[in-house]
Order: sequence, then C-alpha cells, then structure tokens
Amino acid sequence: MFIPHTEVEKDAMLKSIGVKDIKDLFTDVPEKYRFPKLNLPPGVTELEVMTELSEYAAANELVGDMACFLGAGAYHHYIPAVVDSLLRRGEFYTAYTPYQPEISQGTLQAVFEFQTLIANLTGMEVCNASHYDGATATAEAGVMAYHHFRGKRKKILLSPAIHPHYREVLCSYLCGFEDIEISSGTLQADLSDQPDDLIKQVDDQTALVVVQYPDFFGRIQDFSNLVSSAHQTGALIAFVTNPTALGVLKTPGELGADIVVGEGQPLGIPLSYGGPYLGYFATRKEYVRKLAGRLVGETSDALGRRGYVLTLTAREQHIRREKATSNICSNQGLMALAATIYMSLVGKHGMRQVAELCYQKAHYAASEIAKLSGFKVITREPFFHEFVVKCPTAVNDINHELLDMGFIGGYDLGSSYSEMQDNMLVAVTEMNTKEDIDAFVAALQEVTND
Amino acid sequence: MNTPKELKYASSDEWIMVEGNIATLGVSDYAQDQLSDVVFFEANVSVGEVLEKNAIVATIESVKAAADVKLPVSGKVIEVNDALADTPELINSDPYGAAWMLKVELSDPGEADALMDADAYAGFCETRGH
Repeated sequence: MFIPHTEVEKDAMLKSIGVKDIKDLFTDVPEKYRFPKLNLPPGVTELEVMTELSEYAAANELVGDMACFLGAGAYHHYIPAVVDSLLRRGEFYTAYTPYQPEISQGTLQAVFEFQTLIANLTGMEVCNASHYDGATATAEAGVMAYHHFRGKRKKILLSPAIHPHYREVLCSYLCGFEDIEISSGTLQADLSDQPDDLIKQVDDQTALVVVQYPDFFGRIQDFSNLVSSAHQTGALIAFVTNPTALGVLKTPGELGADIVVGEGQPLGIPLSYGGPYLGYFATRKEYVRKLAGRLVGETSDALGRRGYVLTLTAREQHIRREKATSNICSNQGLMALAATIYMSLVGKHGMRQVAELCYQKAHYAASEIAKLSGFKVITREPFFHEFVVKCPTAVNDINHELLDMGFIGGYDLGSSYSEMQDNMLVAVTEMNTKEDIDAFVAALQEVTND
Repeated sequence: MNTPKELKYASSDEWIMVEGNIATLGVSDYAQDQLSDVVFFEANVSVGEVLEKNAIVATIESVKAAADVKLPVSGKVIEVNDALADTPELINSDPYGAAWMLKVELSDPGEADALMDADAYAGFCETRGH
C-alpha cells in the first residue's frame, strides 16, 4: 500500500535535509531530461479501453489452438487444472515471501517443498527459493563462482551449446566485474562439437564452467571428462538443465555438478511472452552460504510440532548490504508454488512418463522428418525432445507458411548462430499427438515443394 | 571478561599475539560475548596474501549480528585456521585459543606497539555501554 505524502510532510522533509524545492533533488539529471513533456493522447473511458485492449488480445495466436513445435527454452506442456485453482487461492496469491516469514507457515512449507523437489530432481543438496528465470539463475551461477574465489579466478567458460539468451544475460550481469574474462567454446555447425573440446580452455584461473544438459540443441552429451578436468584445476562446474528431461536422465548431481540451474517453466507454468517464468538454483551443501536468495528449513517448535523457518536469508536484504554479492531479494514465489503443485501432482512416476512421452514423440518426429526430401536431421547423438533439422530454404519463410496452416514451427537457429542458417530446432512434447506430428511433417514437405 | 595480559588489543575488538615477527589474530572475549552464539566463520584471505593494516580478513555471523574481522597490523598471511569454518562455535568457547583465525608475518613489528595492552582494553570495554 502506497500512501502519498501531504504537502506539509514534504515541506518538513525538505526542510530537514536543507533543500528548498523538490526539483533541487534532480539537479544531477541534465535539464532537458528532467521533466520532459509527455505526448499522451487524451483520456478515454473504461469502455473504450476495454474495447481496444480486447481487440489486441483477440489478435494473439494461442498456442493451445495450434500445433506447437517451438521450444528453445520454453516448452508447451500439459498443466493440470489443479495447479491454477490452488495457485489462485487468496492465501497463496502473492509473489512475495512475507516480511515476517514464520507467521506464514503455509507459504514457508510450500517453499520448503519446492526446494526439496528441485534438490531431488537435480540430485543436489540444497536449492534456494527461486530466481526470475533460467537466464538470471545461470548468471547468478557466474556471480556465485566469482565470489566463491573472491575474485581471484577471473575466467568463466561457457559451452557453445548453452542457450544463447542465457549467455547474453550472464555477460550483462558480469561484464562490470573486475577483470572478468568470459569465453566460449566453438560450435561446429554440423554439431560435431563435444564437451571434451572445452577441456583445453580450462585452467587454474577458471572459476566456473557452464554446460547445458540436454544442451540448447537437445543433445545429451557425456560431460564426465570435462567435470574431472574442471575439478582438477579447482574450478566449479554448473549445469543448466531442463527439469522435464531430469525425469529420465541421470541427475547432474551424480555427474559431479557443483551448481545446477535452469528454467522451471516446463513445470506447470504456461507459455507467455515475457514471463513470468521461474529460475531454479541448486548447489552442494558446502556452498550454501554463497547461495543467493533465501532458504527455508524444517524444524520443530517448543512443543515438538513441525514448523518451517527462514533458515538462511540473504544477508544483503537486512544487514551488510555493502557486502551483497547478489541483488535477488524478491523472487518468483508464485511460480515456484506452481512448479511445486505440478511436481507434487505429477509425482516421480509422472515426471518420468512426461519425459518418456516427449522423448518418444520427438524421436518419432525426427525419424519422419528424416524421410523428407530436402530436409536433413543434423542431430546424430542421443537427444531428448529437441533436434536440429537442416531445411532446404530459410526457416523464417517456412515458419511463415506453417503459421497460416496452424503450426508453430521450430526455432530459427540462424537468428542466434550465423553459422547455422536454414537450421530449425524442432521441439516435441506430450502435447503433440501423432496426428499433429504427421500433419507437421506433411506440411514441411508441402511448404518447401512449391 | 577475560583479557589475557600477553596479548595486544584493537579498538575493533581483535587481539593479536606477537612472537618474534609473527602475529596471531583472533577476536576478544568481549567481542564473542557481544555477538552471542557464533554460527558462521569465513576467512576472506589466503596464505601468501600481503595485507595492509586494517584489511578485512574474515567474516563472523552470530544469531544476532554479522561482523568483519580486521587485521590491526600489516603483514603477509602465513597460516589460516581452516578448522574454524566447520566449528565457528569455538569463537565463543575458546576465543583466545582454538579460535585463532590467522597468522601473519609482520611487515612492521612496531605497529603492534600502538595497540592497547590488556588493562587499557579492559578499561576501554568498560566505557562502552550495552
């Protein structure tokens, strides 16, 4: 609740700090930017606003009305109705962790369960109570590693197969750090690059190596040599993971990850342009003090009853702000709750079932597309639910025509990797029926035949 | 309150013990009492680092507060008490013994003379209200 100050209060405050006019507080801002004239249209009525916005809303193409083969970090999955109905209960419906947390036992319990579920899924020991999205969680891994070595190791090495947007966000977060050096492995346009190629770039100045599993192209690669060389030099290694894939894959914890981050959107959060999405961040217990954000723990009260407490909270929010290593204070509590409800509902076997459906359907789609003339499935290694297809013409043109036919085509890799023009990243989930896939394959052929 | 005679004290509540050109650093009994139960200790420096006087060398967190530990003299770190991170409660139970934090080779042994002796420090603590 924001309560505006009265003129009397404003005057008293200005007097107290020795400023005559409130405008004097803005003298550091160049005058021409200080109070610009806003070119706003005249006001309209609520009815008119509603009509105009409804027209905009009606212009949207909804993923539910189409057959979607687009993924690249955000995926179309089934969301059980219970997720939304529980999420929207008044007791839960806020994105904030309460400022007097222990009074909200229900919220704390939900956060605790989120942490537990993600820790189990990733095979890690601790998980915090969420970040904004997969990209910012990945950037925080870089921040944490940098501070873990107290700025003495300056290098962060990124696999060329991490999500290109995550790379950009990580670079934005870290570019101001003293002497930081962010480098990337080399991508091979035929996808022949291997995690082992990165080993020669790891040295005793490397703070963190970041890989993605399955990677941005859907590949499931063997990171064991890279993990050992990173650890031999004392570096940390972070895995960016898709939580759906972890329903069938060996956990990053078992593979030796020090940090596991990712996008939680596939866990019961609808596709939407710009979010809100959900970042998760898990690590080993020895790094718990370096973890940004907050951590809820289970305990018992004086009468021996189970209760939840904010065990660790970001120092930066309360004391010693100048020592803060992260600015994450508020989080995606509501989205974390959605993911918690989704994982609880679907359960361990359900997570596996969703993953298997995605895997099988994607492999069916890949085998059918491979039969088309002019198209070539580039992905040769094991893959999860995404694969790369070399197309006979520009992906953008193909997608444009597919859209008119009711299909959302795959991601145009040329838009992120100049060496991958005409390559489409196709995603398939449990939402794509066999009929959808067959129709999509036929449509691909049709739009490239004329 | 315990203030061993053989130590030197800083107004920021660290003690050092000087033996030749080596100084051992910790925080005082008064400091641990003010902090109450210590739950976390982390050294922010490593062996080999050359530090200026008053450099921040460690962080302590208790159930009540968080505090920085300063090195009241300049010198080169020759040893860090790694065990303390796993047993921060030693800062409460044995502040002048097992809870030593680091040892430095003094750059200027004269700097230690400027610190308070036990009596002066005890007097200084008494002047501070709670």
